[in-house]
Amino acid sequence: MREITYLEAVREAMSQEMRANEDVFILGEDIGVYGGAFGVTRGMIEEFGPERIRNTPISESGIAGAAVGAALTGMRPILELQFSDFITIAMDQMVNQAAKIRYMYGGKGKVPMVLRTPSGSGTGAAAQHSQSLEAWVAHIPGLKVVQPSTAHDVKGLLKAAMDDDNPVIFYEHKLLYKTKGDVPEEQYSIPLGKADVKREGTDVTIVATAIMVHRALEAAEELEKEGISVEVVDPRTLVPLDTETIIQSVSKTSRLVVVHEAVKRGGYGAEIASMIAESEAFDYLDAPIKRLGGASSPIPYNPELEKMHVPQVPDIIQAVKETLNKA
Amino acid sequence: MNHLKVPEKITENKLVELYKQMWLIRYFEEKVDQFFAKGKIHGTTHLAVGQEASAAGVCALLDKEDKITSTHRGHGHCIAKGATPDKMMAELFGRTTGYCKGKGGSMHIADVEMGNLGANGIVGGGIPLAVGSALTASMKKLNYVTVCFFGDGATNEGSFHEAVNLAAVWNLPVIFVCENNQYGMSGSVKEMVKVEDIATRAKAYGIPGVVADGNDIIEMINVTDEAIARAKNGEGPTLIEAKTYRWKGHSKSDAKKYRTRDEENEWREKDPIKRLKELLISESIFTEEKAEALRKEALKEIEDAVAFAEEGPMPTKDDLLTDVFA
Repeated sequence: MREITYLEAVREAMSQEMRANEDVFILGEDIGVYGGAFGVTRGMIEEFGPERIRNTPISESGIAGAAVGAALTGMRPILELQFSDFITIAMDQMVNQAAKIRYMYGGKGKVPMVLRTPSGSGTGAAAQHSQSLEAWVAHIPGLKVVQPSTAHDVKGLLKAAMDDDNPVIFYEHKLLYKTKGDVPEEQYSIPLGKADVKREGTDVTIVATAIMVHRALEAAEELEKEGISVEVVDPRTLVPLDTETIIQSVSKTSRLVVVHEAVKRGGYGAEIASMIAESEAFDYLDAPIKRLGGASSPIPYNPELEKMHVPQVPDIIQAVKETLNKA
Repeated sequence: MNHLKVPEKITENKLVELYKQMWLIRYFEEKVDQFFAKGKIHGTTHLAVGQEASAAGVCALLDKEDKITSTHRGHGHCIAKGATPDKMMAELFGRTTGYCKGKGGSMHIADVEMGNLGANGIVGGGIPLAVGSALTASMKKLNYVTVCFFGDGATNEGSFHEAVNLAAVWNLPVIFVCENNQYGMSGSVKEMVKVEDIATRAKAYGIPGVVADGNDIIEMINVTDEAIARAKNGEGPTLIEAKTYRWKGHSKSDAKKYRTRDEENEWREKDPIKRLKELLISESIFTEEKAEALRKEALKEIEDAVAFAEEGPMPTKDDLLTDVFA
C-alpha cells in the first residue's frame, strides 16, 4: 500500500471530503497561501479558493463562534487552531456554546464542526505552545475528543469526525506530522469510539494515547527481549471511550499502565484507571494500576528539561516492570 | 398614513399587530415576574419590560428565513421572532412541552426552525454565532439576514470586537443590534464605556453605526430597514444602538441601589407602548377602544399560555441523558 505522512493524511482527508461535500470548508489563521502554521493546508487554497480555505483574523473566540454559528445553520466547518493551547481563547465558544446548544435547545439544532489543532511538546516551543489539554474538553458533555496516533488512523478518524453531526475536538500531534504509514488512497471512516489494539500481549496492558502509543510500542519491543509480553491499546478517541476493549485487555493481562503526555494530575489517565477500578476487570488485577503523565509544571524550554517533563520509553519500561514486581 | 414614514412592508394592519405584540411581550414579562415573586418558577430570569420597541421594531421586517441570536434578556426577541408564548411559558415552568423540553429555561429559548438561533446565557456569547450564521448565508448564497441582539455590557466583551471585525472584513449580511438599556447588571454604561454612543464603536471596524431611539418602534423599524437593505445588497454589517431602559432590575433579586427612582420615572414616561398607541390614534389607524381590546387580547393570550404551561408534563429521569449528541 502507498505510504504517506500523518500530515498528508490529514490534508488528503479534508481535500477528498471538500471535493465531495460543498458544505465543508476550513477556517483558521494563516491557512491560505501560507499553508497553516504546520503546513497542513498547503496547496489547498489553490484547489479550493479563498472562500473555502478561509483565512481569518487572529480572533480565536470570534472564529470558533463563527464556526459554531455556521454549523448551526447548515455548513460543516473545519476550524484550524494553530496550537491547541489557543483553545483556551476559544473556550467559551466550544464549552458554553458548541457543546451545549443541542441539549439546552431540547434536541433542536446540531453543530457539525471539527476543531482541528496540533498539540504536544517536543518542539522547543515552551510553555504556551506545547500543552496537551485534552482532559479539559473530554470533561465537557457534548464534545467528542479524538487523538489519532498514526497516518492511517488520522485519515479515517478525520473522515468520521467530519461526518459527525456534533462538535469534535481533533488533536493532531506535532511530532507525528512527519511520521509515515500505509494509508489507502480512497476515503474510509474509522468509527469514533473504537479503540485499536496496536500490539497484542499477555502480561501487561498499556493504554497509551497519541505519541505515547509509539513510545509504548518501543517499550514493548524492549520488554519482549526480557520475556515480558505487553499489549498496547490505543483508545484513539477519548469521547466516546471504547471501555469494552480496555476492560477486555486488562481482564486478560491483569495489569494496567496508562500513559499520556498531558499532565498526570487531573489527566485523562485518571478516568481510564477509575473506569477499570469500577469495572469487572478490577477483580482480575494482580497489581496496582500505574499512571504515567506529564510533570506538574509548565512545559520547560530547555530540551533536556522538556524531555524530562513527559514520559519517555525508559519510564514506560520501568512502570511495566513495577507492575510485575520486576523493577 | 400621511405623516408616518415606514417601509412598504409595514402596513397599517402590521402596525396594529405590532402594538398587540408589544403588549404580549410586556404581559409575558409581568407574568413571569409575578411567578418568580410567588416562587412558582425557579432559577433566574431577566425581564425586558420597557424594551419592547426594539425587539418588535427590529423583527417586524424579518421573514421566517431570517435569523436572530438573542441574549439572557431574550423573551421579547423570541416573541417578536414568532415564538408562541405558551411554549415559552412551558419552558420557564420546566415542562416537556416547552421550547427546549424544560432543559433550557429562561436563558436558552430557541426555535431554530423559526430562525431563532437561541438566547444566550453568556454576555456576548451569541455575537460570533450570528456572524457564523451570516457566513452560511454568504457561502450558500442564501438571501437571509441575521440579526444579533446584545446589550451595552456585551460591547466590552472581546467576543463583540472579534465578531464585529470578522463580519466587517468578510462583508457579511448581519445586523448588530445593541440594546443599550443603560445598565449591565449594576454597571452604568456611563461608568463602563468611555464613548458617548456605543454606535461610534462601529467606526473602529469600518462599518456604519447608527444611534436610534430604542423606545420608538417606528424609528427602530426604519433604521433596521436600512440595515437590511445594506446587508442584502452585499454592503455588509451595520451596528444599531437602540437607546432604551429596562424598567425592572437586572434579574429576580435586585434592590436597584445603583440608580434613582427619579431616573426610572423619567424613562417610564417614554413608555414605548404608550407612544405607539398615541401615534396610531393620532394617525387614525385605530381608536382608543380598539387599543384597549388589543391589550386585553394580549393579556388573555398570556393567561392561556400560563394554563398551557401548568398542564405540561414534567421531564423524567429518562430525559436526563437524551439530546447530548445528535
